[in-house]
Amino acid sequence: METSRLLRTTVRPAAGPALQDLRPKLQVRGLNFFYGAYQALRNITLDIPERKVTAFIGPSGCGKSTLLRTFNRMYSLYPEQRAEGEVIIDGENLLERGRDVALIRAKIGMVFQKPTPFPMSIYENIAFGVRLYERLSKRAMDERVELALTRAGLWQEVRNKLHQSGNSLSGGQQQRLCIARGIAIQPEVLLLDEPCSALDPISTARIEELIHELKSDYTVVIVTHNMQQAARVSDFTAYMYLGELIEYGATDSIFIKPSRKETEDYITGRFG
Amino acid sequence: MNAIYRSRKRVNVVLLTISGLAVVFGLFWLAWILGTLFYEGGHALARATLYYQMTPPPGADGGLANAIVGSALLVTVGTLLGTPIGILAGTWLAEYGKRGWLAGATRFLNDVLLSAPSIVIGLFVYSVYVAQVRHFSGWAGAIALALIVIPVVVRTTDDMLKLVPNSLREAAAALGCPAWKMIVFVTYRAARTGILTGVLLAVARISGETAPLLFTALNNQFWSLNLNAPMSNLPTVIFQFAMSPYQDWHRLAWGGAALVTLAVLLLNIVARSLFRRTD
Repeated sequence: METSRLLRTTVRPAAGPALQDLRPKLQVRGLNFFYGAYQALRNITLDIPERKVTAFIGPSGCGKSTLLRTFNRMYSLYPEQRAEGEVIIDGENLLERGRDVALIRAKIGMVFQKPTPFPMSIYENIAFGVRLYERLSKRAMDERVELALTRAGLWQEVRNKLHQSGNSLSGGQQQRLCIARGIAIQPEVLLLDEPCSALDPISTARIEELIHELKSDYTVVIVTHNMQQAARVSDFTAYMYLGELIEYGATDSIFIKPSRKETEDYITGRFG
Repeated sequence: MNAIYRSRKRVNVVLLTISGLAVVFGLFWLAWILGTLFYEGGHALARATLYYQMTPPPGADGGLANAIVGSALLVTVGTLLGTPIGILAGTWLAEYGKRGWLAGATRFLNDVLLSAPSIVIGLFVYSVYVAQVRHFSGWAGAIALALIVIPVVVRTTDDMLKLVPNSLREAAAALGCPAWKMIVFVTYRAARTGILTGVLLAVARISGETAPLLFTALNNQFWSLNLNAPMSNLPTVIFQFAMSPYQDWHRLAWGGAALVTLAVLLLNIVARSLFRRTD
């Protein structure tokens, strides 16, 4: 069996609680998404459980990043993109007209595929986001910056050069800086859009460890191309194909015993 | 050796030679202009009277103090008037208008303005301002220069902001950053060097403009800092003195030309070294 090959790379703790027993943080209901006339998501319905890691996998163009980008209304930056349906957080529909997107995004942070440090110092990269919604004393801000960098596993490397440009860091460090920036504003949900695809294996391993730690405080949703990564870091996995949600459930069962033939074909590498 | 490889080598040699010659051709004229300028203007620049005496009547010794200060004032006021408008308009184009019809129309008109002969701008300010208030003035000159600054700054600001990757805007937005803060604190910072270069380009451009000033600031033989009165400035003095039959005036015209060129050169060098340090 080809699945057994995957099993060996998938060292996991015993299966956790089932999806329906967990408190959902985000509830997606009948979501359709359009780039102009092109429909990229078709009637997606799923629950993202609180304080768990949920992974979206699927071949390129399946809509997994698009789905992620509806959760913080990133698509609203582009007038030709629109979403129909509901994404509910704490009982409120994010997609409703008139919602303040800045407030949504302060609550739902995002880290992108390519590291995107702002053209300012390492310290300012983090303080910038914090200052948008909080007025902290110099001392409290210093502590916040240190805490965020420590959690992102970057503090030891940058503590003596906080006032150097964020661009002077290596790619892996820049990405951890972006994660630090994302968690410094203390969001409730963290969206990761292929956060490791531009990184070397060592940086990737660090970020995966970090995701494990973040789970205790944040609801994490990760889009990844790398199935081993999904298997390693996530509690729940959704497989998407051509804008549809094909299968969604506990990562163990998706990888070991997928109920749909399409999922199995993708996971075992026969397709995709 | 392979025939394709050989012919590629030959083409390379030919094209490299042509490119080299083109560089030499361009630099030759530049060197000639600068050489003549500083050869002829050098004596004038070396005389201290150039910097503190007023423009003289024919046959008398004098300097360019009133023209130097007048030019500095006109260029400064023109830049201060034009730069904010240019940056704001460029920001609107790149961050808000984007590919809409209004932005397209604005860009087209801006390009027209960019390539408009500067004498047309001088005549425009003459008819809408000078002819209305019935006297030439420093303000009119500064406004004409500002009208030249605006399209240059609009264009460079627009272009430079468009070069800022969208991922940076998305990253700022993802923190819950409102659009205006994202522009001021993130995209301006990322495009800072380019935008400032645009402003300096505009300053360099208006430093040598003569035509728009002929119809607006005119000229003034005397020391004057009054922007409501005609104002002396280097380009018109150079024009007037170079066209005259008097030796002294010729010398001063060369000096003025060398001075303008040096100032622009210095501005560029300072700007470049400044940017290199911040980046």
